Amino acid sequence: MDRRALDRLVYGLVWLACFAPLLWLAWRGFNNDLGANPIDKLIRELGVWGLRLLIVGLAITPLARILKQPRLIRFRRTVGLFAFAYVLLHLTNYVVTDQWFDWAAIGKDILKRPFITVGMAAFVLLVPLAVTSTNWALRKLGPVRWRKLHRLTYLIVPLGVIHYLMLVKADHQPPLIYGAIVALLLGWRMWEATRKRINRPARG
Amino acid sequence: MLIRHGGDLTENDVTPRDVYLRRRDFMSGLIGGGLALAGGATAGAEAATGLKGIASPYSTKETPTGRADITGYNNFYEFGLDKEDPARNAGSLKASPWTVKIDGHCNKPGTYDIGDFLRGNPLQQRIYRLRCVEGWSMVIPWLGVPLADLLKKYEPTSKAKFVAFETLYRPSEMPGQRRAVLDWPYREGLRIDEAMHPLTIMAVGLYGESLPNQNGAPMRLVVPWKYGFKSIKSVVRISFVEKQPRTAWNDSAPQEYGFYSNVNPTVDHPRWSQASERRIGEFRRRETLMFNGYGGQVAGLYSGMDLKKNF
Repeated sequence: MDRRALDRLVYGLVWLACFAPLLWLAWRGFNNDLGANPIDKLIRELGVWGLRLLIVGLAITPLARILKQPRLIRFRRTVGLFAFAYVLLHLTNYVVTDQWFDWAAIGKDILKRPFITVGMAAFVLLVPLAVTSTNWALRKLGPVRWRKLHRLTYLIVPLGVIHYLMLVKADHQPPLIYGAIVALLLGWRMWEATRKRINRPARG
Repeated sequence: MLIRHGGDLTENDVTPRDVYLRRRDFMSGLIGGGLALAGGATAGAEAATGLKGIASPYSTKETPTGRADITGYNNFYEFGLDKEDPARNAGSLKASPWTVKIDGHCNKPGTYDIGDFLRGNPLQQRIYRLRCVEGWSMVIPWLGVPLADLLKKYEPTSKAKFVAFETLYRPSEMPGQRRAVLDWPYREGLRIDEAMHPLTIMAVGLYGESLPNQNGAPMRLVVPWKYGFKSIKSVVRISFVEKQPRTAWNDSAPQEYGFYSNVNPTVDHPRWSQASERRIGEFRRRETLMFNGYGGQVAGLYSGMDLKKNF
């Protein structure tokens, strides 16, 4: 297999891995296998998968550096856009199937329920990142500004974890595990940034 | 605050005179042969199928939720945290033999076999709405006995201001208890007048069968005007106490789960609205009713109380 075909195959596999949870949910929904409260189940599953993919997206850069595999970076956009798709479906399900466009109730939720306020903030911040994910937008913004804008993920992902943590009733373990991973990934970035700053004057 | 009166009782709900007059026949029949669950606890709770209960005027006319949903979608953390976990894991619970310890301020404390505890009380069918604090609801055809009829036998004294309940603690059979998600054993409590209210029952069955383990076998409380977590499952201890007892969810998050926990659409859970609910099996949410629609019967218990403070 030549390099190009292999690339395409790997890319296809990544794409499929991101798409699989949605297919699985759709399949279960279609077969009436989402339990007694399918709307609640669907919203939760979509939210959790959105968060998982956001975290995977956040892990790609450190992995690429640590494993010295810079080409991993090319999956960042796919993973990030899939994360956005899950989050968007999560929100859509809340607005449509759960609340049935009851805008008054939704507005109250956003203002009065801190976990929804936080989730909504994370979504709003995620939108510009999805919108500027095209090559055209990258060119238009220029790499420096683009990179600055996309550092919003360092805020968005923790907000997603907090959103999850705040809605849990008794078992805080799953959101705390996600939180620990995010802390590790952001901690690595801070450590990297500090190291670079220290190294730079030495070089100059 | 606004208290809506009038449940769904009408003239038609009154037990017909002939049925009423035959009630003793029914009771003796029940005691003679049908009390398999209470009398023959040694036969195992799962053998006690085909239970029958006298229809009750307290039952709602609403269509009961399907059996598969009632027995497959449960909050019973002793068997896991997901709604499907109890149905999967509760098979390990040995619901027979079963004893219940009665203690505190009463003249006849002791540890009683479940058969003796229930003996002499005809089963009633109570079709009740159940509203979970999480914002979903069901309609469940319980089979049970008014709690008051059970408790009176133990002659609570004037010091018995509250009744405290405890669930079985047996981690070997309740895998969820191996993690301290809540401070086990699960505890609940009622004010004595709430416990003695005719709507409050000790349920031993649903849909004409003894309780499946995941629904709180062999017996569980049902307090239909309160959020579901007040209706404690698999009860092994009932104590008559003078002071308001501690309760599991109140211990876990006191600002979120009050001692009373009456269904109240005007008092939101700090993290979510309680104004509406999703009836399992329905698509659109429906409005939540004050006291879960039982205000006509129970609002009097709380007259003069600030229900926002005593949530």
